[in-house]
Amino acid sequence: MSIEKMTTTELLSLNKFNVDEEEAHIILDKNICAKCDDKPCLYVCPALLYKLDKDGNISFDYAGCLECGTCRLVCKAKGITKWVYPRGTFGVSFRYG
Amino acid sequence: MDEKFDAIIVGGGLAGLASAYTLAQNGLEVLLLERGDYSGAKNVTGGRLYVSPVRDLFPDLWKKAPLERFIAHEEVAMLAGERSLTLRYSGNELANEPYQSYSILRAKFDRWFAKQAERKGAAIITKTKVDDLIIENGKVTGVLAAGDELKADVVIACDGAMSLISERMGIRSPGLPKDHAVGFKEIIELDPNVIEDRFGLADGEGAARLFMGEVTKGKFGGGFLYTNKESISLGMVVSIKDLMEDQDVTAPELMDNFKLRPEVAKLIRGGQTAEYSAHVIPEGGYKALSKLFADGLLVAGDAAGLALNIGVTVRGMEYALASGYYAAQAVIAAKEANDFTASKLSLYEKLLNDSFVIKDFKNFKEAPQVLDNPRFFNHYPEFVGNMMKDIYEIPAGSKDRLYPTMKKYMKFGELWAMLGDLRKVMKI
Repeated sequence: MSIEKMTTTELLSLNKFNVDEEEAHIILDKNICAKCDDKPCLYVCPALLYKLDKDGNISFDYAGCLECGTCRLVCKAKGITKWVYPRGTFGVSFRYG
Repeated sequence: MDEKFDAIIVGGGLAGLASAYTLAQNGLEVLLLERGDYSGAKNVTGGRLYVSPVRDLFPDLWKKAPLERFIAHEEVAMLAGERSLTLRYSGNELANEPYQSYSILRAKFDRWFAKQAERKGAAIITKTKVDDLIIENGKVTGVLAAGDELKADVVIACDGAMSLISERMGIRSPGLPKDHAVGFKEIIELDPNVIEDRFGLADGEGAARLFMGEVTKGKFGGGFLYTNKESISLGMVVSIKDLMEDQDVTAPELMDNFKLRPEVAKLIRGGQTAEYSAHVIPEGGYKALSKLFADGLLVAGDAAGLALNIGVTVRGMEYALASGYYAAQAVIAAKEANDFTASKLSLYEKLLNDSFVIKDFKNFKEAPQVLDNPRFFNHYPEFVGNMMKDIYEIPAGSKDRLYPTMKKYMKFGELWAMLGDLRKVMKI
């Protein structure tokens, strides 16, 4: 195997995740996000979980979250209305770290 | 659980484990709550622990510790757009015991460290997230975790760079982008023999290589590579403020470009990526540190902002271990006096001030401002690369004299700008 260009989704698929289907640990208010011109979350998330959909709205999936906190620090418009760590046992489990 | 603990520690990373280990060793009843499936499950490092500053704080710990390779070769690569210059420093002081630093994988090390703390008598409960503090009359008296009220004389917040716990107590506010970097890393598995051949390593030796220049597209930060026993830690640390303000490239795109640089691609060739991780790093330095204690509460490690980037090194783990240790010492003294007020717990700050931790932070308090200079990340790597090209180039015709060739780089404007940078660097 040689190192080929891997997409972020492919990289995330290598990690061990236990996704909390009942409770999202990060929640956005899309009305606030729609009014945010900068949308810094699109650039800073190492897992690229913040995306623009075809209508130009932010779409976000907490399933591949690496729990780093970068989005929380850059969200000036406060579109992130909830940011906590996943409940115990949920989220990413690093095997190397 | 009706019992009341001497101390409850929130978070089983290095700061929390160092506290638990030290408190249990001194006979205190300590409970550590870790939200991951095991200690280390939520922790990320670039990859290197400097043992020297913390060796004597935990004298029994190091002999059997599952560290990766001792770093015997320190390398720095300056990457210009089309060329690069790599320096390698080796020396007896790096290659002989006691070794100064080791590459490390946190999921392995922290899990093992947790076992050592348990052996000393610490109670560690994993898979349990602390949701809130219990605050009575302005004093922290315990935590709420998974619906349970757990009481203690003192709580030690070791809950990482976001530290929602110390925010809850009102002793810190959410960090600013300018005071933080984001690190992201791939673990790339490779055969140990290949690692040793590729990096010129004798048995057990490891190499650390930093990359600065074109890879961050002018942003404050750089790339890093550490050799582990059977893998390579390859990643980048980039200023969050620069990423969000420039908006020219995403974090994963930077990582992609980095891996595709020929200088990097040939080092990881044939390897298999096994994990992708990321972490926020407090980099605001001394001026960005927040309050370390309150009534019934201490804050240690990343939660207290104790990470330091001085350009050639980015360090946090030693500060986490030491702050956890000194927090424990303050709790031991508080327990003896049966006084857990902020004024008694302020001993923690005094101990930290007298230790290498705050001394380092004071010595390097100007580093964040000085290093926030795009010339370090775009101009100088190009400048050095171009000089190398001219020195080594043998054209089809005759080669110009070396002195005039170099002199053209030393125009007045350049020298003046260099002097300006140098005057700032002299503050570090």
